[in-house]
Amino acid sequence: MAFLEIDKFNKTFNDGFQVLNDISFSLKKGEVLSIIGSSGSGKTTLLRAINFLTDLDSGKMVLDDEVLYDGEVDKNTNDNKLREKRLNFGLVFQQFNLFPQYTVLRNITLAPELLLKEKIKKYKTELKIAGKSFKERLILVSEFKKQAVAEIEKNGLEILEKVGLLEKSNAYPCDLSGGQQQRVAIARALALNPKVLCFDEPTSALDPELTGEVLKVIRSLKGKDRTMIIVTHEMDFAKNVSDKVLFMTEGVVEEIGTAKQIFENPKSDKLKAFLSHAVENKVGE
Amino acid sequence: MLAEVTYQLGNGFLLAFLLFAITLIIALPLGLLISFCTMSKFAPLRVFFKVIVWVLRGTPLMLQLFVIFYGPGLIGLFNWPTVNTGWVWFDKTFDTRFIAAFVAFSINYAAYFSEIFRGGIQSISKGQYEAGEVLGMTKGQIFFKVILVQVIKRIIPPMSNEIITLIKDTSLANTIAVYEIIFEAKKFMSDGLIWPFFYAGLFYLIFVGILTIIFNKLEKKLSYFRV
Repeated sequence: MAFLEIDKFNKTFNDGFQVLNDISFSLKKGEVLSIIGSSGSGKTTLLRAINFLTDLDSGKMVLDDEVLYDGEVDKNTNDNKLREKRLNFGLVFQQFNLFPQYTVLRNITLAPELLLKEKIKKYKTELKIAGKSFKERLILVSEFKKQAVAEIEKNGLEILEKVGLLEKSNAYPCDLSGGQQQRVAIARALALNPKVLCFDEPTSALDPELTGEVLKVIRSLKGKDRTMIIVTHEMDFAKNVSDKVLFMTEGVVEEIGTAKQIFENPKSDKLKAFLSHAVENKVGE
Repeated sequence: MLAEVTYQLGNGFLLAFLLFAITLIIALPLGLLISFCTMSKFAPLRVFFKVIVWVLRGTPLMLQLFVIFYGPGLIGLFNWPTVNTGWVWFDKTFDTRFIAAFVAFSINYAAYFSEIFRGGIQSISKGQYEAGEVLGMTKGQIFFKVILVQVIKRIIPPMSNEIITLIKDTSLANTIAVYEIIFEAKKFMSDGLIWPFFYAGLFYLIFVGILTIIFNKLEKKLSYFRV
């Protein structure tokens, strides 16, 4: 049974360019999918659509037996619903997009703490219904909050340790290297424990000598429950880390298969050309 | 004489300062609101407020002051209300002229501030909004927790310029007989005295100096991060 099911994603830009053309694929829980293809093939748009950052013209997406998007039904979801849906996914951007005014740790704990506010609201009404007095409620809520905040912070530090940046928890993004910033961005996405973690060319904005540390972190995340989708130009990395590889050209799924099938036994001519090009570039370096 | 002039100018400065402070308190949030309207996706709203901003920035503040003070009465719409709290100083200070003055100043400065806010908000990269969105934040949270501080950092220099201009613009209120500093200094002309004008200038200078220090401090305070 598929964990994530993408069915016939279609999108045409306002200028008439069809960037996604009947894109379909499915993933099992814990699988890592790499999306490769030349620039302009629609890889990033696909990833953004999955994260509800880009509207689709049509298509359907099912995650963990829940229909998250159905082009036939919900064109206009309200903001709160959309937020809930987005939380199923985490996205790491090419440009990191850390919040510059917050420390590394705060970058990670901000979103969970804001979500906590909603939980506290719920808790408050629960207590009210339970008939607690105002004073009791005040004490209980502040206890609840204190505990939850401490937990969020502890969790944040644990994740920071995982990406190897525990000693930078109080630094600001501008004091970090690109590779470190991207690792913080990964930690930030992890803190919300998304069902699917997505990466949009996570190393493309980095100096070559910094890509290794980021790729290493991503590789270390691979586990039986961590479903990941990675848009990347790093062919060796895609080959090593992926269970599945999807090759896109001009908005179409040209070929999809296991890493072995795609890299060692490509069928379509376009994929063959793309891969030999990638090798040439590498030799050229 | 010096004590007399100091006392009168001091009173005038107090009024100018009140005008300045009230204008800021109203115009800053109002300007933010207007900036949202001029960036709205809803075309009629956007165009309407763009025209308003154009008129407010395109005509002299003194003209607006006259229109706002005399206009409502002349066309029989309403008269500016008098305040009656029984607290003499307060009632005397917040007379109809003063009320008209801070209304005019607030609207005019809100227009200028709105353009500064707009520039600041639009200079923040889309990635910051998107990062907030994928982290499940609401639009309000994204704006207030992520965007606003970055905007403030960006707009401190143009904002401090505008705020320094405001304190000097309060002198325009003397044209509708608000007893601010220039108005007080003018009274001494009939005694043949010119130096109260220089003295009045000193009040502005010192106040602008203090403002400059405050803005520098603020800038320094926000220098711990880069946008």
